[in-house]
Amino acid sequence: MLAPERMWWKPMGRLEKTWLTVALVWCIFLTIMMPLWYYMGKQNVPTETYKTTPQEFAAKVNEFVAQYQVGEENGIPVVAAPPGSDVYLRASAWQWYPILQLEKGQQYRLHLSSMEYQHGFSLQPVNINLQVLPGYDYVATIIPTSTGEFTVVCNEYCFLGHHTMVGKVIVK
Amino acid sequence: MTTLAPTFPWVKGAKDDYRACPVTTLKVDMHAERLIIANAVMAVVCLVLGGIAALLIALTRWQAIHLLDATWFYRLLTLHGIDMLVAWIVFFEMAGLHFGSTALLNARHAAPKTAWFAFILMAVGGLMANFVVLFDTNSIVTFTAYVPLKAHPLFYLSYILFAVGALIATITFFINIVVAKREGRFEGSLPLAVFGLMTAAILAVYTLLEGAAAIVPAFFWSLGILKNYDPGIYRNFFWGFGHPAQQVNLAAMVAIWYMLAQMTVGIRPVNEKFSRLAFILYLFFINLGSAHHLLVDPGLSFGWKAVNTSYAMYLAVLGSMMHAFSIPAAMEIALRAKGYRKGLFGWLRNGPWSEPGFGALVMSMILFGWIGGVTGVTIGTEQINMLAHNTLRLPGHFHATVVGGTTTAFMGFTYYVIPLIFRKELKLKKWAKWQPYVFGFGTMLVSLGMITSGLQGVSRRNWDITFSGAIPGTVNLTLAIMGIGALIAVIGGIMYVTIVLTSILTGPRLEASNMLLVAGTHNPLLESTKLTDHQMEDKQNQPNGTLVLVFAFLVWFAVYYLTNWWLLGRTWFIR
Repeated sequence: MLAPERMWWKPMGRLEKTWLTVALVWCIFLTIMMPLWYYMGKQNVPTETYKTTPQEFAAKVNEFVAQYQVGEENGIPVVAAPPGSDVYLRASAWQWYPILQLEKGQQYRLHLSSMEYQHGFSLQPVNINLQVLPGYDYVATIIPTSTGEFTVVCNEYCFLGHHTMVGKVIVK
Repeated sequence: MTTLAPTFPWVKGAKDDYRACPVTTLKVDMHAERLIIANAVMAVVCLVLGGIAALLIALTRWQAIHLLDATWFYRLLTLHGIDMLVAWIVFFEMAGLHFGSTALLNARHAAPKTAWFAFILMAVGGLMANFVVLFDTNSIVTFTAYVPLKAHPLFYLSYILFAVGALIATITFFINIVVAKREGRFEGSLPLAVFGLMTAAILAVYTLLEGAAAIVPAFFWSLGILKNYDPGIYRNFFWGFGHPAQQVNLAAMVAIWYMLAQMTVGIRPVNEKFSRLAFILYLFFINLGSAHHLLVDPGLSFGWKAVNTSYAMYLAVLGSMMHAFSIPAAMEIALRAKGYRKGLFGWLRNGPWSEPGFGALVMSMILFGWIGGVTGVTIGTEQINMLAHNTLRLPGHFHATVVGGTTTAFMGFTYYVIPLIFRKELKLKKWAKWQPYVFGFGTMLVSLGMITSGLQGVSRRNWDITFSGAIPGTVNLTLAIMGIGALIAVIGGIMYVTIVLTSILTGPRLEASNMLLVAGTHNPLLESTKLTDHQMEDKQNQPNGTLVLVFAFLVWFAVYYLTNWWLLGRTWFIR
């Protein structure tokens, strides 16, 4: 609040040096954790992305549904693609389409994209959250490690019906 | 030996209109004083608007009450974000910049007309944003207004007016400092608090320029002139504005921490180099933090995210950890020098707990660091963000930083602005004594309720999460904690507004006669100048208690951070 003395460039005290060193070491640890997990961890943020358009992506979703549909729930197709294949999930106001049926321990390439607004893919209660943008085909390579029925909540505000946008993933 | 800023005779010919403050011995330029008052009043008006919205949306998310319908929930959520996160805080910061660049330097306001023009732009922009959101349903796009949600063109125009106004006001801050230096109003380096405000002002300049890069194209896009606006690009630019804007708050808040500590405890900064270095770290690294919002976005590589989200190497976090040591350490030394030397924490027990500025300082530091900082670094970790993105953990984090930290500190500082700038006696002193604790406690519950809800997967900005059918019953409990916390925080907010209005609107104009408002009649500000080098270096005055506190903080930080990696390791495999 008040002007400092003329010469304020002074060496730090013992306690300041101690804390600065400890804090710096902690910051370095925080930095190292990310690349470490990137190479060793099983849960990493997907980076694979392709440019697309809503029309192109919708066509791929329809093709995928026609090929692998096994049932229907409340008018939304349930689709079971073979392990290792590409599966598609379309976000639009205010629906996730279709319902995906997966197998535990198998790998899938999950494609996410939006038809208009920004949406949020939030798989519950697994609690995996990814951003879904129109024009971007976002590919997450996933291996379900638990079975049951999972809910896909939209967690990016997408106008007034946002909270009604709920989808489903089934793992057997 | 620290001295008060020298009082030079005012330069001949300059149209001076100032008064001498009897408490601080500083000169207050009347142009600056009126600007400070206008900005502070608008800040409180926006706080009231945002506070009403806060109460109603909190009572809606508290599932047992679920007050509003969906449209009004999203509408008031939009208003709440604009009025609180932008208007209240930026108006207050502009008051702070006018104050820091004049009164603290014994200087005059060199460009009052420009500053008034800036104020009018900001006021028109702020009120227009409220108006548009209230009356145009298409403009319920929340504070972030993510493209391709298309609001009314006036919505974007209101952002632009506000930002341009803020930019111009910030420029007058630099003009004032240059003019003050040229006119010899202060000698040597800037005082530490002004140095901190300068950091905030520099951050504000590029923050606002990035805001323009996001919002100006959106304005033309809403008019139909620009055909396509890539949502990924918008997010990148918007958060180049949205996140650094919070770092402006951070730098301004830390500057106010130093001021509050000096005004209520009489600290002398332990090492100016150490504290200034910490501000410099903010300046260079904090803007990278915009990546925090893009961590689970498509199209960006791991390397880009990791470098940016870590502020190069958590160097901005290092800056905060340095302040977290240097401020309590300076307080400990000042209190120990007064004779409170018993044990590790005798100084802390004998702090002026009844003084509102001290209470606000302590609450602000605890909430900002222990809750806001720790959770922020954790959810800002690239992989961990997958567990937290767009869940209530995010607002849980920033309510601890922006409400618990910044707002509590600003509120505490207001109580001193009333006698020193408004020149009115502070009324309802008993309320003022309790207000920081009530508000801080309420905010803490809000924050903890949100964080624990978010940990269970509850998303933010969602009118009714029970639609999903995926939410465990314990969420009802954690959302209720948030709701109860909001009620308590709103009571704290009402106390604040009542104290301010009662003080300003009643009673005669009165020159301040005392620095402390409640806790005594001595003047810590003047005492701080009498702390000698010998006292600062005395073995018995060393801040050992502070060292224990910061190590305890580090342990808590590590536990929370590592627990989150463990949680991440339990979820599905994803790459």
